[in-house]
Amino acid sequence: MAVGLTHYLVISTILFCLGLFGVLTRRNAVAILMGIELMLNAGNINLVAFNRYVAPGAVSGQVFALVVITLAACEAAVGLALVMAAYRGLETIHVDEINLMKW
Amino acid sequence: MGELAAFTILSALMLVPAVIVVTSRNIVRSALSLVPTFLGVTGFYIMLHAEYVAGIQVLIYAGAITVLILFVIMLTEGGSGTMVRQVTGQVPLGAMAAIWLAFLILVTLSRTTWPVARGELPSYSVQAIGTAFLTNYVLIFEVTSLVLLISLVGAIVIARREE
Amino acid sequence: MAWLLEILKAAALAVLIFTFLAVVGAMYGVYLERKISGWIQARIGPKHVGPYGLLQTVADTVKLLQKEHITPRRADALIFNTAPLIVAVAALLDWVVIPFGTGFGRVLVVRDINIGVLYFAAMASITVIGILAAGWASNNKYALLGGLRSASQMISYEIPLALGILWVAMIAGTLSTVGIVEAQRGGWFLFKVPPLGLLAAVLFLAAATAEVNRVPFDLPEAESELVAGYFAEYTGMRFALFQLGEYGEMFGMAALASVLFLGGWLEPNLPVWVWAALGVAALATAAYVRFSALRTVYLLRPITALAVLGAVLCGVMILGAVLGRSPVLPSLIWFFAKMFALVFFLMWMRWTYPRLRLDQLLNLSWKVLLPAGLLNLLLTGFLLTVAR
Repeated sequence: MAVGLTHYLVISTILFCLGLFGVLTRRNAVAILMGIELMLNAGNINLVAFNRYVAPGAVSGQVFALVVITLAACEAAVGLALVMAAYRGLETIHVDEINLMKW
Repeated sequence: MGELAAFTILSALMLVPAVIVVTSRNIVRSALSLVPTFLGVTGFYIMLHAEYVAGIQVLIYAGAITVLILFVIMLTEGGSGTMVRQVTGQVPLGAMAAIWLAFLILVTLSRTTWPVARGELPSYSVQAIGTAFLTNYVLIFEVTSLVLLISLVGAIVIARREE
Repeated sequence: MAWLLEILKAAALAVLIFTFLAVVGAMYGVYLERKISGWIQARIGPKHVGPYGLLQTVADTVKLLQKEHITPRRADALIFNTAPLIVAVAALLDWVVIPFGTGFGRVLVVRDINIGVLYFAAMASITVIGILAAGWASNNKYALLGGLRSASQMISYEIPLALGILWVAMIAGTLSTVGIVEAQRGGWFLFKVPPLGLLAAVLFLAAATAEVNRVPFDLPEAESELVAGYFAEYTGMRFALFQLGEYGEMFGMAALASVLFLGGWLEPNLPVWVWAALGVAALATAAYVRFSALRTVYLLRPITALAVLGAVLCGVMILGAVLGRSPVLPSLIWFFAKMFALVFFLMWMRWTYPRLRLDQLLNLSWKVLLPAGLLNLLLTGFLLTVAR
């Protein structure tokens, strides 16, 4: 049985939902960012799989995946800078303890 | 047959550490489990004949973003190594939401017929991606470089110690 | 079951690389380093164990193997034990794309991946994770600090490394290592676009030295600073695995630099009089050192040996040119000669420059090498396309 498009889509769905579970249920802000990275990877797998199976003549899926990787790196950098600034000011990075708008 | 075996091994390599990432109580262990996940995704890209994207994935995701995450963990509270509670009180709700979304998407996927293209695969080349970036997608290329510049400057400004 | 055969072939090649590079390469790399360091410091290196001290590393390995295997208390045992594996395996995986020469009708490379140099850079960036994990898992302040410093140094120097590689890829038009060597048939890239090729090579070698944590960039593992840094808590064979990774990667960087800038396995096609001049110059230098007052300062035996070797090589080249054979010497010899010349250069640098402080090190990368690399790319692109 050859590996078809549906196999890749199923695996990427599972990865996406694992990432979603991580974002919804973790306390540490960095762990939430890790869940977001998993979701972005799942989206990338979808893009490249569709490129190869539905439109193999074009490279737009791979181009899109490269842009998503770049933007994920940017977003991780800014997000982690925010986490560090929050830790410096609020002494905690557990998101359920950051619940006051101002002291 | 071989492709199916490779696919199964790579899926296991990707999904089992992903479960560790989202459920482990030791945050350094969950950050280090991101590496096998990203390597499994790299394997998928190679199976899909996207070698350049695979190389960039290893270089940026496994090599840079994981290091960044580990740095921030070690420089903030997670680096103290004490076993604190790592999950919020929303685990049942979160699990339900994730499982329900997975179910919906899988049902939709199984009921759609995708227009899979038959025939020869064109040969792969990095030149094609480079040409695409500089002809069809040049606007995206330029805007992405601007976004990179802005995020670089922004991250430095945000994380800088106020002297 | 063709896929099973492929897996077995890959496993056999992995064992071959590991045994050749680990046992022969890293062990004799350590021996070479100790000998060359000794000669530069006007002393003889190891000489007691075996003829000319050749079995010294074997003795060291036996010593390391029988040391006690300690895991610190309250250290994360799983991460502690797998970190040296990540460093060693990533350093050895670098060798998959390096072409050793031509023989038996094909290019001798494990796998000519079409994104070869990108793969090399990616494997070099995976070692950082192993180092961070090792520093963290040792449960030791000095190890953690050493690991963080080393990781920040390595990620800072990945960018000049990648810029040097990009320069070569831009000129060669391909990312495959075999393609890059083939594109140098008309002249080595070191001499292309005259000062800029040299600049790119210097950039790459500086970044490569920093990537393998060698002096002058070895603050993270300096004994007088951080008690050996991130591998402070490792004993016995795990320590040997870290050293294997470091030496394997140094040789790999030297091999890649010879592929990128010095023409890989290609023979330099110089006219006969150049070879004659080089041979005579080598012999003249040896004679000068031997018969002047310098013979009390320098060690005669290695200098004479090297000069005679150089003269013999030039003689063989002249003979081959006279006889009309097209590649005179086998390509493997040229590849290893170039690689060992670069390794000698890296070891020479170790005892020439003092160690850089961490802020000087990071300043060098971000404020000097990165702009130089970008300007290099810009100028070369301009000169090659617009100002033809």
